[in-house]
Amino acid sequence: MNFGSLDLTTTWFILIGVLFTGYAMLDGFDLGVGALHLFTSKDEERRIMLNAIGPVWDGNEVWLVTGAGALFAAFPNVYATVFSGFYFAFVLLLVALIFRAVAIEFRSKQPMRWWRQMWDVGFACGSLLSSFLIGVAMGNIAWGVPIDERGEYAGTFWTLLRPYPILLGVTTVSLFMMHGAIYAVMKTEGELHDKLRGWINNTIICFIICYAVTTMATLLYVPHMAARLRANPWLFSIAVVNMLAIANIPREISLRRDGRAFISSCVAMAALMGLFGLEMYPNLVFSNPDPAQSLNIHNASSSTKTLGIMLTIALIGVPIVLAYTVSIYWIFRGKVKLDRMSY
Amino acid sequence: MPRPPSKRWAYPVIVIAGKVEPGQAEIVITMDVLTLSRLQFAATISFHYIYPPLSIGLGMMLVIMEALWLKTKNPLYHQMARFWTRVFALTFAIGVATGIVMEFEFGTNWASYSRYVGDVFGSALAAEGIFAFFLESGFLAVLLFGWDKVGRKMHFFSTCMVCLGAHFSAIWIVVANSWMQTPAGYHIVDTGKGPRAEITDFCAMVFNPSSMDRLFHTLCGAWQAGAFLVVSVSAWYLLKRKHEAFAKASMRVGLAVGLLASLLQLVSGHTSALGVAENQPVKLAAFEGLYHTTTNAPLTMFGWVNEKNEKVIGPAIPGMLSLLAHNDTAKPVTGLHEAAPDPKDRPPVNFTFQMFHLMVGIGFGMIAAATFGTFFCWRGLLFRKRWMLWLLVLSVLGPQIANQAGWFAAEVGRQPWIVQGLMRTSEGLSAVVKANTVLASLVLFTFIYLLLFAVFVYLLNDKIRHGPDDADLTPSGKLALPERRNS
Repeated sequence: MNFGSLDLTTTWFILIGVLFTGYAMLDGFDLGVGALHLFTSKDEERRIMLNAIGPVWDGNEVWLVTGAGALFAAFPNVYATVFSGFYFAFVLLLVALIFRAVAIEFRSKQPMRWWRQMWDVGFACGSLLSSFLIGVAMGNIAWGVPIDERGEYAGTFWTLLRPYPILLGVTTVSLFMMHGAIYAVMKTEGELHDKLRGWINNTIICFIICYAVTTMATLLYVPHMAARLRANPWLFSIAVVNMLAIANIPREISLRRDGRAFISSCVAMAALMGLFGLEMYPNLVFSNPDPAQSLNIHNASSSTKTLGIMLTIALIGVPIVLAYTVSIYWIFRGKVKLDRMSY
Repeated sequence: MPRPPSKRWAYPVIVIAGKVEPGQAEIVITMDVLTLSRLQFAATISFHYIYPPLSIGLGMMLVIMEALWLKTKNPLYHQMARFWTRVFALTFAIGVATGIVMEFEFGTNWASYSRYVGDVFGSALAAEGIFAFFLESGFLAVLLFGWDKVGRKMHFFSTCMVCLGAHFSAIWIVVANSWMQTPAGYHIVDTGKGPRAEITDFCAMVFNPSSMDRLFHTLCGAWQAGAFLVVSVSAWYLLKRKHEAFAKASMRVGLAVGLLASLLQLVSGHTSALGVAENQPVKLAAFEGLYHTTTNAPLTMFGWVNEKNEKVIGPAIPGMLSLLAHNDTAKPVTGLHEAAPDPKDRPPVNFTFQMFHLMVGIGFGMIAAATFGTFFCWRGLLFRKRWMLWLLVLSVLGPQIANQAGWFAAEVGRQPWIVQGLMRTSEGLSAVVKANTVLASLVLFTFIYLLLFAVFVYLLNDKIRHGPDDADLTPSGKLALPERRNS
């Protein structure tokens, strides 16, 4: 593959990849904690789980908001086609995200059992459904969706629910659950900590099975991605990094170096997203059955001038964002302790 | 008057599927994709817009309260900041959750619009994410959960950053919306798959003719929303004789900000009107139901626009509209017939008129409430005047209703355009989305938002009943003063 000179459209392809990778690494763990939420049974354990993500979850969700905003600005045709084409899937994603967000805020505001149970279910289902739908959306743009000559989506809601996208949805859920479990282990202590530690291996096994099936399915049934891999054997090195990172997780966990396990999990995610991006480039949405209609960085982007302005904005804004995000995570480092400001 | 045929329905008929024969009904409202998408956008934005003004306004109040605490070291201000932070957290969560819907809806329901304006409008949205949302939600963590983890100054800094982030988000979203009202700094380019707007001058786009007026107007409305929430809750405590020291201190801060914001809103309303008169004469004519260009144009106080015979019924001040729009009673104000000769280019006049007048009426009401409240407070009479306190309890609704009515007037007044003069609302729809799908999502959102609103009111009421925490009178952790820790 040839990136050519690193022009603005390619830069924005990478930047949007970075934003969504940031989203996966950060919101990934709080969606994962949400997916594991109902497995804990005691009220105090659930509160600790919630407060482990309490200070950071809505900052994490901003990565999605900014990612979508950047997609709108840099590749308006992709934003328009995907969002209108996947209409009902996105409405469901919104509903899931709404329930998740308000459940975190509302749950511990009242002592009644039914109240807390209701929001616990809302939080867990919202987290599961949003992880799943994000994976399904990724699966669809990789597998390819029917796109007509106007650049509009030509399928239905059911077109989105084909086996490969569903597989990617399940894989995403398992990935986030593993990531969330590691994060929760890092943030807890005592009995809950030991219980969570016991779950980690299960989540890793679950993820590895999903991952292996997805990889096989991609190589066998997604010819355009497999061809990219065959033509550029060096891409396998990223896959190797990915596998090493995943293999390193149980090792670090057994050595009780939870922080490093979390970093390994982040590296695995970055490698996965990197591989996904490199296999897709220069396409943003693959068109299936007619690849000629694919939306790519050339036919879907904004004007060079706007991309340049946006790059300036990103170069000013992103370093500041990273600086204070890191500081805030630093302030809230260490194990979660419940106090009267907690959820 | 001839009797209508028996088959003819006198009431408006709403058609979701199928057809109504011509002449069968007086008013036929067809629930096509356009109507449904507009309804859905109106419903979701109206509900969302309850919360951001509270985040902006309460954010400002929190900054003031914490600043007072840092300066005076009076623990009462610490208690105030803690109590209002809890209310802030509640409004913020719903604001975030319902805000994502707005960002997605441009793509889901208005895909053709998104293709057309993505280059311009999208950049403002992305800038909002990078400059505003990260700042707001990042430092929110410290504001809500950092009380015992960071020192006073760091906490105050975080509160300022949350407030600043909320204001930044207002800047970018109002800039984006103002570009739809008065587009500037762009050119139209044919991309092969249809024309679209592209930026030629970023500064001209950001500082388009209406953006700064409308930003100031929006921010004043948000400050009012925050201030009058504080005033209202304080008045209620005073009526119930609960937490009186807390309520009196909160009331003073709330009234001061409320009065200042209400007076600034008057200035801002006037400059906005001058801008509308210059840039969007059709909208101004619709605001006042002015069909023909008139010198010495009258300002109707309140009334009803008869759209059929093009007359406005209601008391009016002669010459006042000319004065407000051009600073000169003798100057003509352009009427609808002259500004938009084709009736298809005009917004629904009576609706725009009513929304505009509702906003202005409440605006003056807020000035009166804040002025009397401040006057009585200054003379030391307020805390005994029960009727005035009851009025102040209700005052929380004023900015909320005016904010909603103002946006309706601004957005409906721009119709039939989605981008003034460039693209009609009907041209902005998603090409592939069907009416039934939008109907389903509309029903779903309505149901969820009603549920959320009920829970929000329930929890807010619960927090207000619970009141400020007396434990907050003695700051703990890193916030505690060293001398306090020793004593």
